[in-house]
Formats: sequence, C-alpha cells, structure tokens
Amino acid sequence: MFLAAIAVVVTRSPGWDEFKAYFFDWGYYSESFPEILDAFWVNVKLFGIAEAIILPAALLLAVLRSLPGPVFFPIRALAIAYADLFRGIPTILVIFMLGFGMPALGLDWIPTSQFFWAVVALTLVYTAYVSEVYRAGIESVHPSQDAAARSLGLTRGQSLRHVVLPQAVRRVIPPLLNDFIGLQKDTALVGALGVVEAFRQTQIDQAATFNGTYYLVAATLFVAITIPLARFTDWLVARDRRRQQAGRLA
Amino acid sequence: MRKLLISSLVLASAAALAVASAATGGGARVTAPAAIPGCDVASLNLMADGVLTIGADNPAFPPWFGGAQKTKPWKVSDPYSGKGYESAVAYAVAKQLGFSKASVKWTVVPFNNSFRPGKKPFDFYITQVSYSPERARAVDFSKSYYYVNQAVVGRKGKPIAKVKSIAGLKPYKLGAQVGTTSYTYITRYIKPSSKPLVYDTNDAAVQALKNGQLDGIVVDLPTAFYVTAVQVDDGVIVGKLPTKGTKERFGMVFQKGNSLRSCVDKAIDRLWANGTIKKLQNTYLARAGAPDLK
Repeated sequence: MFLAAIAVVVTRSPGWDEFKAYFFDWGYYSESFPEILDAFWVNVKLFGIAEAIILPAALLLAVLRSLPGPVFFPIRALAIAYADLFRGIPTILVIFMLGFGMPALGLDWIPTSQFFWAVVALTLVYTAYVSEVYRAGIESVHPSQDAAARSLGLTRGQSLRHVVLPQAVRRVIPPLLNDFIGLQKDTALVGALGVVEAFRQTQIDQAATFNGTYYLVAATLFVAITIPLARFTDWLVARDRRRQQAGRLA
Repeated sequence: MRKLLISSLVLASAAALAVASAATGGGARVTAPAAIPGCDVASLNLMADGVLTIGADNPAFPPWFGGAQKTKPWKVSDPYSGKGYESAVAYAVAKQLGFSKASVKWTVVPFNNSFRPGKKPFDFYITQVSYSPERARAVDFSKSYYYVNQAVVGRKGKPIAKVKSIAGLKPYKLGAQVGTTSYTYITRYIKPSSKPLVYDTNDAAVQALKNGQLDGIVVDLPTAFYVTAVQVDDGVIVGKLPTKGTKERFGMVFQKGNSLRSCVDKAIDRLWANGTIKKLQNTYLARAGAPDLK
C-alpha cells in the first residue's frame, strides 16, 4: 500500500519522463552490460584478494588485543591504536594517500601499481573493522569456558584454539558477512586511483552519452553478488542452529 | 599535498599570465555592439531577471580561465577576471547580448553535474565540454567556440618522449580524465596494449604521471601546454594527435529546450565574424612547438 503510494507519486511527478529517459534506457542497458561486467571482474578480484588477507589478519589482531596481563600492554595498545586509526579515517582518504602518496616517494622498491595499493588500502581499513567483530565474538564466550578448558590441562593457546575461537567465530558469521558486503561495495572507491572498475566504467559511459542507465547496470551486478551471499549465510546460520538444538556434535 | 600543488600552481600561473598580458596589452576589447534582434535582455529566458548565470568547474584552470585567485570560492584562476579563453568568450557573448560585466554571475558546477537531469543551476555552462550527438540528446549545445585537438604529454628522457606516431604509443601506459574525449581517443584510436587508467580530474592524472604510474596522459592541446609549463617540471608534449572522424568542438551547455541558446548562437556567430574569437585564441591559446603525431 505504502509502496504503491510512492510509486504513484514518483510516476506522476513532473520530471518523471526525464528521469525515466535518464535512468531506464533499455538500449543503453543491454549495450553496456558486457563492458561493465568486464570491469566488474576487477572489483571481484579486489575484494577476493583483500578478503583472503583480511580474515586471518583481523583474527590475529583480535587475539593480540585480548591478550591478558600487563606484559602484553604494548601489543594491546598497538592493536587498539591501529583499529582506532583505520576505522576513523574515511576509506577514500586511505586509498588516495596510499595510491598517490607511496609511489610519490620515488623509491624503486615500492610498487607503483594502482591495483596493489588499492588492495593494501582496503585490507588495512577492513582488517580494523573485522578485528572488532572477532573481538566481540571472543568476548561473548563466557570466561568459564576458558577456565574449564584450562582446568583440564589445556594451555592458554590450546584453549583459545579449540574452545574459545570455534564458538566465537560461529557467532559472528553474520556480522562478518556484513563487513564482507561492505568491502565489496567499497571496491567502487578504487576508481579514484585510475583503475577502471565497474563504477568507473559507468562514469565513463555516462559522461560519453550523458545518460545514467549505466548506474543501474553496476547496481545490478553488485546486488547479483551480495544477495546470494546473504542467503547462503542465512542458511549457514540456520543449519548451525538446527545442529545445536538437536544436541548433536557439529 | 593537493593544497601545496595548487598554491604552487597559482604562483606559477599568475607569473605566466602576467607575461601573457604584458605581451598583448590586456584582454580583447569589444566595442559596444548593436543589439541582436529578438535577444534583448528583458526577453531572454534567464534564471534570475537581468543576470546571466554561467556555470564552470572549480578549480578554474588556465589557459581557459585566467587572473589571480580572487573571488571566493574560485581556485587557481578567477572566471570573473574576464581573462583566460573561456572567461573572455563568455564575457564577449554577454556583451553581445547586452549584459554589463557586473550582471554576469559565475557559479561552481562540477562537470558531472552539468548534465544531470532536472533543472540546471545555470543559464549556460562553459568548461571545455565537447559536443557529441549522444550528449546532445540530454542537453543542448551552443555552436562551437573552439575546435580542439588532443595531445599526449609525457616526461623528458623517457622512451615515450621519442614516439612519432599513434601506433608508436601502443606499448605505453596512458591515462586521462574520466568522461573526456581524451579518454575516448585512447580507447578508440590509440588502443594501447595495457588498459588505460581513468582519473576523476586532470590533476590526479598529472600526479600519476609524476609518480611514474603512467607513461603519458592525453589532454586537449591548450591544457597540454599548461601541464608542461606549470604542473610537471620535466613534462614534454609528445605530440598533437590528429583529428579523427568529425572535428571535435567545444560548446556551451544549456538545459534542453532553453530558448536562450539561439541568442547565444547568434552572439557566437558575430564573434567569429568580427574576429573576436580569433583574437582571443591568439591571446590565450596560440603557442608553437607541438609536433604532430602521424
């Protein structure tokens, strides 16, 4: 009902015809689809490589941050400083600073590849986010679990590996996916370095014809990846719950 | 870093302009023109009565805009100065239509907003927008006020500096600003073996050239002179690219169907006929020394 009302208001608006011509032109859509799909592989490569580094790196960071005792204070402090810094700086700034800044140093051994710096920037930012997710998971496991494991003779490392982390990680799968989707979408920022990814390709096409249908193409591609991924996680979580409630061992 | 770059640009461009205006004795002077029939100020379709609102991108770069940075929020140059080719042409058009200098207002409009759907925040927009039939379906263009060639800028002493032909450019990593005909030229005619890189602004492409992330950038020829003179110390114009297909031309951008366009077209016709455009091009755009690429 509400949606129908919005639909009526939008289609009756004075600019509707212009809007329609600008954003929904089937000719432009089908014509540009293969080209933008081609550029979209750059996004897929970006978030694929970055996520593969982020997941283990963030876990390590979260574990370092939860180390107890005054001995580990410097490590904890460093981990906190890192997370604060990279969660605080807008992603686009990190991308700009690394992508244009590092090669400007003029050192021979520093790579100049834009793709390389894009991956580094996204990895730095999202490792900070994801480590916080892991930390929340680790802290959600009741301390008695760890105490019980230690009383059975497991070392602190063993207890972490076999008792705490398996429970912690399973609990945070949905927010992990959330950040993964965020990462996928943020790959569109990398165009700022000159890499022609899906969004940059749409801008090129749009400026060539002054038509905005290309945005719709890019949106379709991003959604086509994120929706199946979201359903997959739902299924994963549901399966997990079924197994736990049935009392079987996972 | 960008700020530093810009302030050094301002100094350098101010110096360059001082030289230019000393050489020519100031901008072109248009003697009070006879009114264009049917185009008196009161009858024109304007955003605000009696005021000509012109859109341009910020920063306003030479040689298209000149003068020292003065009126806020304009950076690098000042469109209100009447100096620089596009500023001068815009004021000449305004004068033909009967506007005084004081009744011309400039407004900042990023290139990408100049053609977005809906009501435009300007009467016309002037920032090196090339005409194409596809674009003309979304906005209206005035007649040409400049016919443009593209050019390749590289760095001295690098292999690309020795290239003599379009085919010779193929092995190099090239870049351009997003949405420009410069980029189209790379993909359509140069077809380099590695994918060209595309930047939000010319500045970003220039920075990548300085960083060695690119071998060359493609820009229009007047911009190429500016880039090599001011922005890149060891910059060199590899060559001027030949015109392919129809002649590329810059036009002012109007809201689709704006009746103001026909009056501006008449004014531009007069400026070509009475030699004003030629004179302004000699003042602001004519430089020698760019080899032709075959």
